[in-house]
Amino acid sequence: MSVVPRPGLPVIALVAAALVYPLAFGSPAAINVGVLILLFAALGTAWNLLGGYAGQISFGHAVFFGIGAYTSTVLLKEAGLSPWLGMLAGAALAALAAVLLGVPTFRLAGHYFAIATIVIGEIAHTVVRNLDAIGGARGLFLPILPTSLVNYQFHNSRLPYYGIAFGLYALALAATLMVERRRIGYYLRAIREDPTASRSVGVSVLQYKLAAAALSAALTAICGTFYAQYVLFIDSDSVFPLSLSILIALTAILGGAGRAYGPLLGAGVLVPLSEITRIAFGGTGRGADLVIYGALIVLISVAQPGGIAALGDALRRRLPQPA
Amino acid sequence: MTALLEIEGLTKHFGGVLANDNVSFGVAEGEILGLLGPNGAGKTTLFNCITGFLRPDRGRVRFAGVDVTGRSASRLARDGLVRTFQIVRVFPDLSALENVVIGALLRHGRVSAARRRALEVLEDVGLAARSNVRARDLTTAERKRLEVARALATDPRALLLDEAMSGLNPREVAEAVALVRRLRERGVTIVLVEHVLEVVMPLADRVVVLQEGRAIADATPAAVSRDPAVIEAYLGPQFIERA
Amino acid sequence: MEIVAQTVASGVLLGLILALSAAGLTLIWGVMDIVNFAHGDFLMLGMYASFFAWAVLGLDPLLALPGVVAALGLFGVVVYLGVIRPVLRGSVLAQIFATFGLGILLRGVAQFVFTADYRQIGDTMATGSFAVGPVHLGLPQTIAALGALIVSGLLFALLDRTTVGTALRATAEDRRAAELMGIDTRRMFALAWAVGAGCVGAAAGLLAIYFPIFPDVGAVFGLLAFVTVALGGFGSVGGAMLAGVLIGVVTSVAGLIFDPAYKFTVAYLLYLVVLVIRPQGLLGRA
Repeated sequence: MSVVPRPGLPVIALVAAALVYPLAFGSPAAINVGVLILLFAALGTAWNLLGGYAGQISFGHAVFFGIGAYTSTVLLKEAGLSPWLGMLAGAALAALAAVLLGVPTFRLAGHYFAIATIVIGEIAHTVVRNLDAIGGARGLFLPILPTSLVNYQFHNSRLPYYGIAFGLYALALAATLMVERRRIGYYLRAIREDPTASRSVGVSVLQYKLAAAALSAALTAICGTFYAQYVLFIDSDSVFPLSLSILIALTAILGGAGRAYGPLLGAGVLVPLSEITRIAFGGTGRGADLVIYGALIVLISVAQPGGIAALGDALRRRLPQPA
Repeated sequence: MTALLEIEGLTKHFGGVLANDNVSFGVAEGEILGLLGPNGAGKTTLFNCITGFLRPDRGRVRFAGVDVTGRSASRLARDGLVRTFQIVRVFPDLSALENVVIGALLRHGRVSAARRRALEVLEDVGLAARSNVRARDLTTAERKRLEVARALATDPRALLLDEAMSGLNPREVAEAVALVRRLRERGVTIVLVEHVLEVVMPLADRVVVLQEGRAIADATPAAVSRDPAVIEAYLGPQFIERA
Repeated sequence: MEIVAQTVASGVLLGLILALSAAGLTLIWGVMDIVNFAHGDFLMLGMYASFFAWAVLGLDPLLALPGVVAALGLFGVVVYLGVIRPVLRGSVLAQIFATFGLGILLRGVAQFVFTADYRQIGDTMATGSFAVGPVHLGLPQTIAALGALIVSGLLFALLDRTTVGTALRATAEDRRAAELMGIDTRRMFALAWAVGAGCVGAAAGLLAIYFPIFPDVGAVFGLLAFVTVALGGFGSVGGAMLAGVLIGVVTSVAGLIFDPAYKFTVAYLLYLVVLVIRPQGLLGRA
């Protein structure tokens, strides 16, 4: 994780692949998979800022996703506010929540912090499920509006959603790349490696962790708004559950936490895996995908904590080098 | 001569033990001060209290005339007071260059400028050839020098080195001593914690000796080496008559 | 007034079982500073084991208990050797993910093999209820709680009175010093997992007497166990026991005062408050 990647080739390849995909696989189901891959890649990339770069492992990121989804939806339903503006409101709210939650929890070490995030997530999940003012257990249906970019709704084809999802991923990736090569990126990595040593050379550890958290939360919330506009129905169980938080963390961990393109790799593996198991075993896949996820995580932690990206590195080193 | 760093009546209890007992001394700008004492004398605790890693129970720390008692370590680093650690703490998975860049970023907001400064500093300490090596792959002596380089990159006014010489072979010690002398020439004030006399005595302008938390001597190396209290502390009372 | 006494009583009964399961978690935590994120899923496995001992072998859960304890204890050692020991050398990240992944794996396997259907053990030796003054206590819950109390007592005896127990406590307190005293700390780690998992197995076997069994049952109990351990103090078995009963009562009373949906939320909030105000818990080391 030492070398700062040059843009150029990977970005071009990415854009090319993203353009080719819907042309190659045009069916609505395939586009949907594409949307999900990009959405989870974006979520994982946002998570990565805090988890991979700053080293604060959060298993509660669904809170920010939910804040984004609910904020824009409630503002749309109650105040007729454009979902794009609602998205910004959600992002701001999520960033604020991240800072408020971060101040007391960031001094907790690894395990303890992770547990705190799980607990916070569960509290949010339960509270929202019981808040009838915003739908409670019944959830919220978004008003169906005519297809348009302004309305952030498209009914004739999923392609526009695909485009927006790509935009979300590009945004998260751009944020990551910018962080990586600026002072904040270096400081976050220093904090992850050794907070005490970082302090000794002038790094305000808490400040930078909060900055990473706020950015991560805002990006995650933006994805939440996208989800609401895509599915047109939200409830606490679909946007706040622990399983979602775990999945988000997983895409980054599997792909390689701390690497800019890691989450894309992770999403590229996890989403199709989930679809395949669902097709093979019906319904929710009867837990088969969980078995595979779980086994993958254990194997990776034990054998190659750096994730798929690190595996790629290790393999590349084994191959004969050009003379 | 105005003191750059002034310690007044510093007292710290640590886990039931009185680690620092009313310690007072000053460090003049441009001086090299040795902080000596047998193991357990309270040297590292004193360092921690001075540099913001611990809060003293009583007493004051003044830096460049300003009372900085209780300020956070990162704030003090920004003020120009930086320390290294007894057990070296480099960033293991970052390269040597990246380690120093993180130090340089304190004074240079742009990464490109910080990199240039970092390369200069690495050149200074003789680690330029190892810039792209991961810190965990460096030798102990190199890692100690890297930690000093990282601290140097913050352009400190005062540098507190905690046992920078331990674990080094004689040649490495000589190199480290030369480095410290070069730093002083640049105008950096240095406080060295050591428990090995032979290294500090030729290097330091003045020496403060701690024993069981108290400062028992504060004088030139020559005077201190003849001080009966110091000899008793280090070698035992039976050596007093021989002094 | 009677309702309050009733609520508190049932809270204590559940709390004792929670205490036992938390004791297992905190033992591992204290001895080797590893948080078993799969803790709840260990409990789930134990409950399924108890269920199948009843369904297939016709064994009353109380009779099956020693077997379940032994099975979980063995499983704990296997997990230690196969998953934990390799990641001990790795980063904290890898350690978190390892047990986390294990939990997901176990849950997935349970869902795949047993399906998501709720199971319940039917007629057992313990059925019915009895009255203690104005309070009515379910016999299954009471027997389970008594069982938990007995096993906890055995745990204390093990830790306090035996050489092996003292060695465990020594390793928890200061690994280096323990090693210097000639204690094989790696064996202590395996033992901690065996005993810790065994405790969870006991809690599971007792809980299975009356509680429904399904793949996700470990989720809430696992989280509650973490809350209990944090409240009692990481590494303190006595603290875990005290906190377990406390949490049991708190959730029970919360269900009475607030909407029952918020019953666990109150416990979680309590956890966050304790974390911030007194991070070392009630009986933990600062």
